[in-house]
Amino acid sequence: MEVVRLRVNGDERVCGVPTHYTLLETLRYGLGLTGSKQGCDKGDCGACTVIVDGRAVLSCITPVWEAEGREVRTVEGLATAAGLHPVQDEFDLNGAAQCGFCTPGILCSSVALLDRNPSPTRGEIRAALAGNLCRCTGYEKIYDAVEAAAERLGDR
Amino acid sequence: MLRLHPFRYHRPETVDEAVALLAGFGEEAMPMAGGTDLMPNMKHRLFTPAHVVSLNRIAAMRGVALGPSGQHLRIGALETLADVSANPLVRRYFPGLADAAGLVAGPQLRNMGTIGGNVCLDTRCTYYNQTEFWRGALGYCLKKDGTVCHVTKVGKKCVAAHSADTPPNLIALGATLALAGPGGAREIPAAEFFLTDGIWNTRRARDEILTEIRIPVGGPGRRSAYRKLRQRHSIDFPLLSVAVTGDFEENGVVERIGGVVSALGARPRVVAGWDEIAVGGRLGGRVIDALADRAYAQCRPLENIIVDAEWRRAMVRVHVRRALAELAGRAPSAGNGSAAGP
Repeated sequence: MEVVRLRVNGDERVCGVPTHYTLLETLRYGLGLTGSKQGCDKGDCGACTVIVDGRAVLSCITPVWEAEGREVRTVEGLATAAGLHPVQDEFDLNGAAQCGFCTPGILCSSVALLDRNPSPTRGEIRAALAGNLCRCTGYEKIYDAVEAAAERLGDR
Repeated sequence: MLRLHPFRYHRPETVDEAVALLAGFGEEAMPMAGGTDLMPNMKHRLFTPAHVVSLNRIAAMRGVALGPSGQHLRIGALETLADVSANPLVRRYFPGLADAAGLVAGPQLRNMGTIGGNVCLDTRCTYYNQTEFWRGALGYCLKKDGTVCHVTKVGKKCVAAHSADTPPNLIALGATLALAGPGGAREIPAAEFFLTDGIWNTRRARDEILTEIRIPVGGPGRRSAYRKLRQRHSIDFPLLSVAVTGDFEENGVVERIGGVVSALGARPRVVAGWDEIAVGGRLGGRVIDALADRAYAQCRPLENIIVDAEWRRAMVRVHVRRALAELAGRAPSAGNGSAAGP
């Protein structure tokens, strides 16, 4: 075990982990942040997507030490005291989640997209979410939700 | 859940430190850049190094810039595939390479994976990229822990496929790879870097690090293009890849043309005999068909990926044609001496 110091959702977190732990294992089993999901656990499905220094990455294949000194954002950090993040709210309003297992990863990919590109085209949304698999349903409502969130963010 | 085996994690800040760590630990250590290939492979117990040497803190291995005389573009091996595909210099001089980097895997993997890691990517095969349980149930394979190749059944040579998107372009563009190891630094042309042995298909020694890639910018008439065949338009490795590059006169006459077909065997295949077909004329329908036929005749995929090998072979002709059509229609890459300016 070694001590890892992370900055997660704006908080300094210190945690003892085995040296071979991934960022996902540390979030889930060290810090109790179980929003990021362990799906394929080998970098294919996107369920473990988190935002590191503004970019969507796969926490299941990120050694935890690579996250030290960087800003980690997970699905738990998207909402604020004022309410849900507009992307979360629009997922709800558009029925963009079914079983919900892929949702935290898709939310993180979507927020990373909108932070870089506030008014993406439908094609840019599709491209940004091309690394997140949903096996329940189609992706159309998900794209609708991200489009609607982008409009709301633009109106602010 | 796929757990990693226990290992120590090292974070050197210079190439020398990394090389010393790798040399010190010998076969017990492996270098890691983005980790998008090594981490899943470790989860599958294809590699179980006691020490992982992360290269991510080595600042000298980052950056994209033109060399002093403007003749070469230098790409640091740690540049992510997302950054390479979006880089204005790469897009301007080597659109085929930019497209290839942008077609690797999916967005998150391109944010993590590096061009150096892509060049050094392990070969892939249906019988290799599986969990230890899966591989063990089949008695393992020639590439890892076993003695039988399940693809050829009888062969004593591993036929796992080179599956990286950027190297075919680097070969077609005449790039040079810079390596650092215990014996010092050395350079090797990308065209000579790969071997036909699927078990270890590069000339990189296991304690060497790829530090940077240098690509000649070429003249104003240089063009490049890339096509990739895969089942889904994201995430998947190529079933077939085609990189083409050519130098064109202002009136569209071909001065030089080259093609590399890959993802079939352990080594990207440089198509032979293209110049004699195309040089001196324009790149049009009949010439493109003849070039595609020439490529098709030289490619014989095996079932190292569980996709019908004959279909994959038939697609060689189709994708070479498409790549060449793109090349024919592509504007010059605005290389040295171009009136277009920066």
